[in-house]
Amino acid sequence: MRLEPKPAPSLAITLLFPLAAIATTLMLTSILVLAAGASPLSVFYLVAKGAAGSQFALLETLTRATPLIFTGLAIAVAFRAKLWNIGAEAQLYIGGVVTVVLGTGALPLPSAILIPVIMVAVMAAGALLLLGPAVLKTRFGVDEVVTTLLLNFIILLFVSMLLEGVLKDPMGLGWPQSQKVIAEAQLPRLIQGKRLHYGFVIALVSAVLVWVVMKKTVLGYEMRAVGHNPEGARFVGIPVNRALMKTALLSGGLAALAGFSEVSGLKGNLTLDLSPGYGYTGIVVAMLAMLNPLGVIASAIFVAGIFVGADAMSRAARVPSYIADVMVATSLLTMVVAILLTRFRIRWR
Amino acid sequence: MPGEDYASPTATILCLDGKQSRSPATPLPVTDVSSNLALRLSRISKHFGPLRANEAISFDLMRGEVIALLGENGAGKTTLMNILFGHYVADEGTVETFGKPLPPGDPRAALDAGIGMVHQHFTLADNMTVQENITLGTQSLWRMRLDRAAARRRIEQLSADFGLAVDPAATVSTLSVGERQRVEILKALYREARILILDEPTAVLTPAETDALFRTLKLLVAQGLSIIFISHKLHEVMAVSDRVLVLRSGQLVGERETGSTDRKELAALMVGQEVKPAEVSPVKLGAPLLVLERVSTPPYNGAGLDNVSLTLTAGEITGLAGVAGNGQAVLAALIAGIRRPTNGSISIAGREVADWSPRTALAHGVGRIPEDRHAIGSIGDMSVTENVIAERYRSPRFSRMGFLNWKAAGRFAEKLIADYDVKCPSPEARIRLLSGGNMQKLILGRALDPDPAIILASQPTRGLDVGAVAYVHRMLLEARGRGAAILLISEDLEEVLALSDRIIVMSKGRLSTPSSRGERSIRELGELMAGHSGEHSDHAA
Repeated sequence: MRLEPKPAPSLAITLLFPLAAIATTLMLTSILVLAAGASPLSVFYLVAKGAAGSQFALLETLTRATPLIFTGLAIAVAFRAKLWNIGAEAQLYIGGVVTVVLGTGALPLPSAILIPVIMVAVMAAGALLLLGPAVLKTRFGVDEVVTTLLLNFIILLFVSMLLEGVLKDPMGLGWPQSQKVIAEAQLPRLIQGKRLHYGFVIALVSAVLVWVVMKKTVLGYEMRAVGHNPEGARFVGIPVNRALMKTALLSGGLAALAGFSEVSGLKGNLTLDLSPGYGYTGIVVAMLAMLNPLGVIASAIFVAGIFVGADAMSRAARVPSYIADVMVATSLLTMVVAILLTRFRIRWR
Repeated sequence: MPGEDYASPTATILCLDGKQSRSPATPLPVTDVSSNLALRLSRISKHFGPLRANEAISFDLMRGEVIALLGENGAGKTTLMNILFGHYVADEGTVETFGKPLPPGDPRAALDAGIGMVHQHFTLADNMTVQENITLGTQSLWRMRLDRAAARRRIEQLSADFGLAVDPAATVSTLSVGERQRVEILKALYREARILILDEPTAVLTPAETDALFRTLKLLVAQGLSIIFISHKLHEVMAVSDRVLVLRSGQLVGERETGSTDRKELAALMVGQEVKPAEVSPVKLGAPLLVLERVSTPPYNGAGLDNVSLTLTAGEITGLAGVAGNGQAVLAALIAGIRRPTNGSISIAGREVADWSPRTALAHGVGRIPEDRHAIGSIGDMSVTENVIAERYRSPRFSRMGFLNWKAAGRFAEKLIADYDVKCPSPEARIRLLSGGNMQKLILGRALDPDPAIILASQPTRGLDVGAVAYVHRMLLEARGRGAAILLISEDLEEVLALSDRIIVMSKGRLSTPSSRGERSIRELGELMAGHSGEHSDHAA
């Protein structure tokens, strides 16, 4: 079997292949659904209904998509420059920590000032967290996959320490959780009485801004050049290490915003289950979007929809909601194959 | 002198002009003409989108015949050979080997049919031995034991028979370029190749190695092998082939018996018009622009610099000749700004530059044409537009307040495409999709458009065809006429001799004393290249 490169794919193929990938995903997951003793069609219908079948379901999907947009953007930016940031989970938690440190009454400011201040501080903290691995990579050639991945565990334990210690809510009945952020530090809800909050709007704006940075600015140009060919970039005078540093700062900052948005918009306080792996799922989201910042919005909503829909489905059809993990993982694989097929032709023999 | 022992018995017995003269070595039944046929291509066509890489190409190759395939970059030579070898599938047409049809798109079938290919860029595993490389893939994975002794005996036999001296136990990474090529040829012969395709085989060889290769080729055809020799060097084509096929824009535009044609006619066929050799106007010397003083560097792709001083003067082309690996790579990297000296100083226009980098080099008006257009000179997966602005994307022309001006960039790309006659689908096309010559034209345009005062041209015509070579030479001479100080680094001695006002030979990281145009003979330059310099005369062989 060999791969033969194809010329640039047409628009129709570019749009058709992801749909084919989703169809393949559904077919493959049907096998597991059948094994669980349920009808695939009714299960998929229930998933779709649970994800988007009602106003409640749709708002829930968008709420769940919000942190995924942030982490997806963080990964898309970093991977574009071939900086393998696997540490979005840690950056997210650091964002949560900074939010509760500043947002629980330490800064008595009005909302219009306090929220931007917290956001800037959150981004700075996430950026600094990724700067370490980036410096190790550029100075000493230390593999950032290893450093960022291991940092996730360190930061999670660090947060655990804080929640058992200095950040522990004295009124929390002994639970490892922080105090609630004050009202001025909370992101308002988009619709009164629903869970969807302004974090979603900030995520959409961030996606557009990141798209502009990647497409229109000198920084985005440098990042892409460094990602495609660092030697060539260095030859033409692009400051490769500095571009990688800037990439790290942007990526870390975006991932940390996910933590801010979850604490300030949804949960109100910091706990150890702030993220069910949004930092890792962000990798899937970014890859599904082919690292396109605007595509991240769609793929984050898609992935969130499957998770939300699967929860609803498992209550109704008694198929375990783990099927959502299988669906997301399978869709990533089929998508990767689809991308491959748009760029190469397979020759058997 | 290595080049003078031509009088080897084989070379004198086998003359290339008459085909009958070498049939005694392998008597073939002449009952049927087709039985003498090694390879027949019938109306091969291959299109890539709108690009017609090959258009109805047909030719025959006889046993014991050498045909040369000539053509400009993008003429379709490599595509055609890739079809033959099964890397691509032709849209139309068939290939027959020894009277049997060759299944398309199957390299293994091509190997089994006796087709062997020696690629321009070698396909050897550097960390393995010569023998391992040669036998790689010839033995079943399921066999428990490899018969290394027998394999070694066969390799040694082949080496001896065809003058391909190389130690089977040596690790490939320790071999010279010439030796690696011998390994590639041995690899094909070990697989019992009857048709050998050589893609630009002399591009990386010294003159002496080229002579050795030609002797080997003569021995091979004497054994009845057929050879397809792809080259853009006309004198080599004339020396080695029986028949010349000329490709232009995917079509076979000419077929000549080598004995009844000449270089001029072939060159004209290739480019579609007569090529005039570059005319050199008298020098108008200006001020010294770039001065390297007692510069040393660590080794980089070959020897490092050892106390090198060099002055480039306005209005003059300084040619740097030498065998690859003697420090040219690091000198080029140094002037380009991607390496810094450990000792010594770099001055531009009389002022020492302390913080030397690609950016400072560009800011001081150094135009750079790098040796490796793919790995360093371009960013393959980015567009033509994105590549041509790469050296100046921060200038006010292309960006403001951190935002790129894509309109200006696109206009600039279109201008370069028009001015430098680049064939490409659009400025948005990935530069990877362009042929070598067109890519080089864009790099040339990128370097020369801002009218640099100092120009570094490192192997600027490597792998290019006659038309593109003439073009590059013309551009360099025009820059010289405008008063640029040019350093031309080339392994092609003819090129250095044709263009340079002053020639310096590099050997073991040191520079010879310069000589002006015509002052030293080719033989004297060759001796300097081999390391016999007048200053430190050591009479080692």
